[in-house]
Amino acid sequence: MYTYSEFDAAYVAKRNAEFRAQVERRIDGSLTEDEFKPLRLMNGLYLQLHAYMLRVAVPYGTLNARQMRQLAMIAERWDKGYGHFTTRQNIQFNWPELRDVPDILDALAEVEMHAIQTSGNTIRNVTADHFAGAAADEIADPRPVAELIRQWSTDHPEFQFLPRKFKIAVTGSPNDRAVTAAHDIGLRIVERGSEIGYQVLVGGGLGRTPMIGKVIAEFLREEDLLPYLEAIVSVWNLLGRRDNKYKSRIKITVHEHGIEEIRALVDDRFAELRPAFTGIDQEMLATIRAEFAAPVFRDAPLDAFDAAYDKDPAFRSWVDTNLTDHRAPGYAIAEISLKAHGATPGDATAEQMRVMADLAERYGHDELRVSHEQNIVLPHVHKSDLPALHAELQRHGLATANIGRISDIIACPGMDYCALATARSIPIAQEIATRFDELKIENEIGDLKIKISGCINACGHHHVGHIGILGLDRAGVENYQITLGGDHTEAARVGQRTGPGFSAEEIVPAVERIVDAYLILRDSADERFIDTFARVGMDPFKTALYEPEKEVRADAA
Amino acid sequence: MPRPFTPKVVTANALLEGDVVYLREDDGWTRELADADVLTDEAHAQVRLLDAERRPGEVVGVYLADVAPTEAGPEPTHLREDFRRTGPSNYFHGKQAERQGSEV
Ligand code: SF4
Repeated sequence: MYTYSEFDAAYVAKRNAEFRAQVERRIDGSLTEDEFKPLRLMNGLYLQLHAYMLRVAVPYGTLNARQMRQLAMIAERWDKGYGHFTTRQNIQFNWPELRDVPDILDALAEVEMHAIQTSGNTIRNVTADHFAGAAADEIADPRPVAELIRQWSTDHPEFQFLPRKFKIAVTGSPNDRAVTAAHDIGLRIVERGSEIGYQVLVGGGLGRTPMIGKVIAEFLREEDLLPYLEAIVSVWNLLGRRDNKYKSRIKITVHEHGIEEIRALVDDRFAELRPAFTGIDQEMLATIRAEFAAPVFRDAPLDAFDAAYDKDPAFRSWVDTNLTDHRAPGYAIAEISLKAHGATPGDATAEQMRVMADLAERYGHDELRVSHEQNIVLPHVHKSDLPALHAELQRHGLATANIGRISDIIACPGMDYCALATARSIPIAQEIATRFDELKIENEIGDLKIKISGCINACGHHHVGHIGILGLDRAGVENYQITLGGDHTEAARVGQRTGPGFSAEEIVPAVERIVDAYLILRDSADERFIDTFARVGMDPFKTALYEPEKEVRADAA
Repeated sequence: MPRPFTPKVVTANALLEGDVVYLREDDGWTRELADADVLTDEAHAQVRLLDAERRPGEVVGVYLADVAPTEAGPEPTHLREDFRRTGPSNYFHGKQAERQGSEV
């Protein structure tokens, strides 16, 4: 795993000392809030509805056990004993007090973590496939390049005052689990013959104006990647609109100028910048890559796994839903669901964090990942260890077998915490999960992604949910708009609105009607919700939603 | 005819703790909406707001929030203010918990 260089450590220590002094000056009155606010945001500190909130970066979602334990310690010592994992693979603490934040940042620095560039108009935490380095379908591990981009963008003098925030995601696998098409820049590692390169998408994003990223370069050689990224950001830095914050993201720039014009400008700028990149970045990349070398996988018999699978139905169901194929024989990628039915999506208690840290150390080569779907991943577990691992998860309420199911819901903090929210999201997620657990039809339904946002900013990715739910404020009352057919994968698509929204009381029954309609409409149990929707279209679902007395048929208009 | 003025309270977040506070009649800050000074006159409300904004060492983000006066004290008219004076709905944290703590 990547470890800080002395430069990184010194940089973070200096930033923390600066921030400590800034907090003191704010408290003693020498800084006004107007002066202090940008400084605290640069260090990930927000002021939310009920308290400050500290957002801590988890670069490309990768943590080791020591880091996870430190997060647990922070949660217990300075917060209310839990943390919230976000769709940007970060963790948020919801209750820190201003005076404690410098100490929290020092505690993070002890384990090579920080909260820098988790806010503000900068290049934000680079995200990556949470199965990076482990997935059977992977072409190459996306994390070394994500780390290179992190180093290049951190404190980059030209990019500290961008028109708006800027988000980059990388996938190393053709099955896109990093939602790259919904990022300002999405990178996809691709192969041309024996050469590995990058397909570059630009101008994706959710929020008020959702856009799917467009391909700006089909195949970029690795040594051209950084200058090309720099060219994109620099073209946008000049063209991007600073007059209107709703039009400032690169998706609007691309939309207004067209991808051809942007491509031509980027190519020109690239030609200017390229000679300045003399290969040092490639040397750095090689060093970084060595730090991401795969662990030494072992060979062991699978008898214990097979026996448990045959005999223990709870284990079997967990294996069937929560595991993904690993590239090493005998290994599996194990997902720990933070979506126990009725619990807050993405929350883990300090005790649960410690348990996950212990398990990673004991069975998982000391690696943990945060997924953008707000679960925790143990990327490298030998199957023979899974029965013991599962038993330990069960003891701590972490063995929910629902990955990819209807109760594995993404939900942003919404009106329960977020100062920007127009409605709650968490209770809606809790109620949907509880309801479908009671109905005992989750496995029958199969793959179905519900994503909920508490306002138009779409942190809950509702646009790309199979079923998306957006909470709005209609004259002081929560109202939930539904979209259907969104897709967060390589086939990314923005969902379509069904029609008028539903009240907080009506929204769970509405989701139930959609699911019932799907169960009637699908041509077999193998046809996923998203495929049925693609085949039959919106109309039958509209009927189910708005004319429940009518019979649902595929050809119903 | 001028529009009737919706009664208001001055509210903000405390600088150190970050939690929600309301301005009392005696110019102190209270954590309880019930103890807030209800302002029924627009000009007076603006003056109170300006005064509160001049206390940046104590609070952050001062604004006027609509309330409906009742016998039990001011009640929020908007859901956001209802959450601010209560705490989140997924955990018994924030004001609701503190309130219980102070009662026992
Ligand atoms: S989508 Fe809106 S409510 Fe939800 S976290 Fe983002 S800004 Fe807050």
